[in-house]
This record gives sequence, structure tokens and C-alpha cells, in this order.
Amino acid sequence: MKRTFQTRFKNKIKLLWSLIKSPQTLLLLMTGLAGFMSSRCPWFNFPILLGVAGSLFLAISGSTVLNMWYDRDIDSLMKRTCWRPLPSGKISPNETLVFGITLSVLGVGWALAIDLLFGFIVFAGLFFDVVVYTIWLKRRTAWSVVWGGLAGAMPVLAGRALGTGRIEWVGILLALAVLSWIPTHILTFSIRNQEDYKRAGVPTFPSTYSVPTTLRVISASTVIAAIAMIMAAVGIDITAGQMRLLAVLSSGLIFLAAASMLRPSDKVNFGLFKYASLYMLSAMLLLAAVVF
Amino acid sequence: MVKITVLDRILLSLSILLAAYQIVFGIEGSNQLGIASYTIAFGVLLIAALLLIILGFQVLDSPAVIIISTIIPLSLSLGLISEFFPKYAPGYIIFAVAGFLVVMVSRYFAPKKTATIILIVVHGISGLLIFGLPIYLSVIGTTNKGFALVGIGGGLFGIGGMLLSFLITGRPILPRERILSILPVLMLLTIAAFVAGFALA
Repeated sequence: MKRTFQTRFKNKIKLLWSLIKSPQTLLLLMTGLAGFMSSRCPWFNFPILLGVAGSLFLAISGSTVLNMWYDRDIDSLMKRTCWRPLPSGKISPNETLVFGITLSVLGVGWALAIDLLFGFIVFAGLFFDVVVYTIWLKRRTAWSVVWGGLAGAMPVLAGRALGTGRIEWVGILLALAVLSWIPTHILTFSIRNQEDYKRAGVPTFPSTYSVPTTLRVISASTVIAAIAMIMAAVGIDITAGQMRLLAVLSSGLIFLAAASMLRPSDKVNFGLFKYASLYMLSAMLLLAAVVF
Repeated sequence: MVKITVLDRILLSLSILLAAYQIVFGIEGSNQLGIASYTIAFGVLLIAALLLIILGFQVLDSPAVIIISTIIPLSLSLGLISEFFPKYAPGYIIFAVAGFLVVMVSRYFAPKKTATIILIVVHGISGLLIFGLPIYLSVIGTTNKGFALVGIGGGLFGIGGMLLSFLITGRPILPRERILSILPVLMLLTIAAFVAGFALA
């Protein structure tokens, strides 16, 4: 009896965990922590650090779960997503909705309790992601990707604003870097899964403006992300050694973006997507390392 | 088609970490030209390892590999010259830039034999400098003995370069699978020798 309960509990946790898209959530959480630590505030204050990490994790997870809840009908039509717990019937929509709202309320509430400006930006991220991107624009226009990007840019802006006490140009540049990186992620998937999106009736850049145009947009936004990141690093005044490494990583990103534009192929495009994710993680670690 | 294995990925990841360490910490104290040159050399090695992990061994089939791989010995040797023989640095910069441009142009516009000869000359001079200079400097006592490891790294890099060149030109001295299986090990040992050599200098 006890064993059955334990197994069911474990399975439930596993299912709920799969709803939060952990790699994406943890990467966005990392951007928030990097934004906070890059301000060189007295970051090793355990309750505040725990608060930043905890509130961002809950809010980002909450918006992802709500996004999955709203998109369950189109997820069930797409090969890439039909195995997810919600479209495959492993978890009920009501349960998912309650889970998403709980995480979101806890996350935003905790963020507001830490600092009003921080909490407001965290809430803005959730609002842009769930209401503007998912509910309002995703099924209407290919340009919804901009709002998805804006939502993803909020954690780093929130972290930086908490550290500095205001929204300043370095925070905006960091947000611009994340905003420009997110289309690389979303548009790459929209190219690889064109048929899926077509079947689900979701307008995408490849279906609206063609694949070559989408590849150019991906390359251009990747280059903007690299430039914004370097400018932010200058503003943060990272060490010469860290700046050299960031310049090297950015050169690789720009090289791959150029290769993807000049000789487009699925492999190079997907390589650019993977490199861009690694780049974002490495750049954020470098920025966070200024406190040491 | 040879697939990249988990072990290859681990070895390449370690290479990336070592190259990143060298770029951030390992070249502090050199002059500006030295820092710039070493950054380029280790940067190309880092990105090469990263692209091998992401895109697999097929990336080596690109004709651009020969051109880009020329940057490593040229910039590393330029760093060594600028640090230990600064009066020869202006002349060597001209050789390095011209050498790179000639290799690039000859790959596309010159007959295959001419392009190969140019590649051998440019790689040969810069490779011998990376191999010989650190050993010479450590033997005469200009640097600590440990700096000879940079020369050993240069030797390993030369072996890797030769294997790769034969592979790309379609005349491999070892089976393709064997070359690709030892390439990540060779890359890690090369970078480790460079990093240790600079640290012990």
C-alpha cells in the first residue's frame, strides 16, 4: 500500500516536472541570477539569493505550465509535442491549470515580497508570456515570437534591477541579448517542424515569409544578441580575461550565423541553435563570475 | 560515417575548458600583441572543439577547415615571437598575415599542387617555430624547463595537423576511423601541453 503510494507520488512528481521544461526554465533562471550577480551587490546574502532563485524558478515554471495548459489542443496535433503529459492524457487539464496558477502566484508573490520593482518585472514576464504571447498572439501572427522573446528577457532584467535598484542601460542590453537569442530557439523549431505547425494552424515565420527569410532573421538576431552581450559586458566592466573569452565565444556565434546565412542547411541551422544556447549559458556564467 | 562518441565529447569538453582557462588566466603578463595572438590561437582551438561536439566529425570535411586551421600555428608562433623576440615581431606579423591570405587565396584559385606547397611552407615555418622555440628557450635558460611542454604541444599539434591534412586531401596515412578516433585525444593532449607549458614558464 505504502509502496503503491510512493510510486504514484514519484510518477506524479515526474509528470509535473516534465511540465516545466526544465532545461529552458533553468537557463532562464540562470540569466536572472547572472543579472543579479553582475550588479556586484552583496549577492552572498543567502535569503536574498534563495529568494531570487526561488521566485524566478516558480514564476518561470508557472508561466511554462500555463502555456502548456493553453496550448494543449495544438500540442496534441503536433508530432513534436503530442507525447507531452497533457495532450497524451497522463495529466488532466484542471490539475495542470491549478499547478500553473499556484506556481505563478507563489513566484510573483515571493518576488513582490522581496522588492516591488523586481516583482513587477517578474509579473511582466509572466504576463507577456501567458497573456500576450500564448493566448493573444501565438495563433494570430508570426510576430508573436517578439513577445515570447520579451517575456524571456524579463528574468535577466529583473535580476539586474534587483541588484542595482533601478532599470538601467546594462539591464536593458542584457534583456536585448536574451530577447534576440530567443528567436534562434523558436524559429529553429518552427523550421524543423513546419508541417506540425501547419497542421496546428499556428502561423510561423517560415510559413509566412519563407525559410530563407527565416534563416536570415535567425542569423541577424543571433548577431544582435552577441553585440548586445558584449556591450553589456563592457558596461559591467568584466575582467580583460573574461572579455577575451566572451569575444572568442561571440566570434564563434557570428561565424556560425554567417555560415547559416551563406550556406543554409538543416544541420548548420540546428548547430547554430545549439551553439546559441551554449553561448547564452556561458556568457551568463561569465557575467555572474564578476562577483568572485 | 564516423559518429562522435560520449568519450569524444568528454575529451573535447575538457579541451574547451582548458582553452577557456588559458584565454582568461593563462596568458596574462604577455605583451598586447602576445595576448591578442594567443587569444586567437586558443580561441580557434576552443571553437573548433565546440563545433566538433555540436556538428560532429562531418565539420572536418569542409574545405574551410584547412584555411581556419592555419590560423592556430600562425597566431601561436606570432605570440611566441612577440614575447621572446619582439624586434622580429613586425616582420613576422607580415609573414603571418601574408601567409594566411596566400593559403586562403590559393585554396580557391591556385592549382592543387601549388596550394599544397604553399600550405606546407606556411604550416612548416610556423609549426617549427612552435615546436623549436619553447624547447630552445627552456634549454638556454631564458624560461623554466617546463616551457618545453609548449614545444611538445606544438609537436602534437603538428602530428594532428598532418593527419588531418592527409585526410582532407584524400590521402590518409591511417584509416579515416582511426584518425577521427585519436583526434579528440590528440587535441586534449595538445592543449594540455600548451596550458601546462605556459603555466610553468
